[in-house]
Amino acid sequence: MAARIQMPKQARHGELIEIRILIQHPMETGYRHDDVGHLIKRNVINAFSCRYNGEEVFRADLSSGISANPYLQFYTVAEASGEIEFAWIDDEGKQGLERQSIAVKA
Amino acid sequence: MKRREFLAGLSGSIVLPTLPRAAGAQVTQLDPHVWAITKGATVKKGRVKLELPQLADNGNSVAMKVSVESPMTAEDHVRGIHLFSDRNPVTRMASFYLGPRAGKAEVSSRVRLAGSQRVTAMAELSDGSFWSDTAEIVVTLSACLDES
Repeated sequence: MAARIQMPKQARHGELIEIRILIQHPMETGYRHDDVGHLIKRNVINAFSCRYNGEEVFRADLSSGISANPYLQFYTVAEASGEIEFAWIDDEGKQGLERQSIAVKA
Repeated sequence: MKRREFLAGLSGSIVLPTLPRAAGAQVTQLDPHVWAITKGATVKKGRVKLELPQLADNGNSVAMKVSVESPMTAEDHVRGIHLFSDRNPVTRMASFYLGPRAGKAEVSSRVRLAGSQRVTAMAELSDGSFWSDTAEIVVTLSACLDES
């Protein structure tokens, strides 16, 4: 599962940074039928989390009420240089993981 | 009888069928989905700002922004923001969990809406209080529930 992440690569200590993520996923609602009339099983990303150097800064429980290819925009404070990790899981149990490094100047 | 008079008389006599409110009932504090989070605590109006367009051409993807007035410090911050829908088959659309590390209590996403409705955003603060805001939206083309 591909994802596109937009966030600053560098930041000053204590600066508010904006993180935007777009995950490629159909977010199948479970209410649609296929061409032969069979119900398409629900398959949505149900959990998403963002960790900054191992500490959780944002988490979301999603449902079929979120559009296909879910987009999320949220904020965090740049504390230290390191990695920001994005993880998510869908109903089929498929997991996604992305990492971005950030350099924080004093 | 003139056509105009006839029509005027008709409009008074027609009783529109009242649909049961269950499907489109407004999300209140007593809604089990809300109660599960608040545990019966009162939900106050204010502090939360839910931004949705007034009209959406396509319910499959509607830009949504929710922000909460909060200093976002360790003592006073937003713990979570919950989104509820009146008409979607899934009432609790999404829950976002924040913390003092978020720095700013604002989340944007895109939502799916099954028809014109009222969307409610409820914020849970670190002091245990709950705040909410609602937004009315007209959806021209609903997000499909069936093959339509």
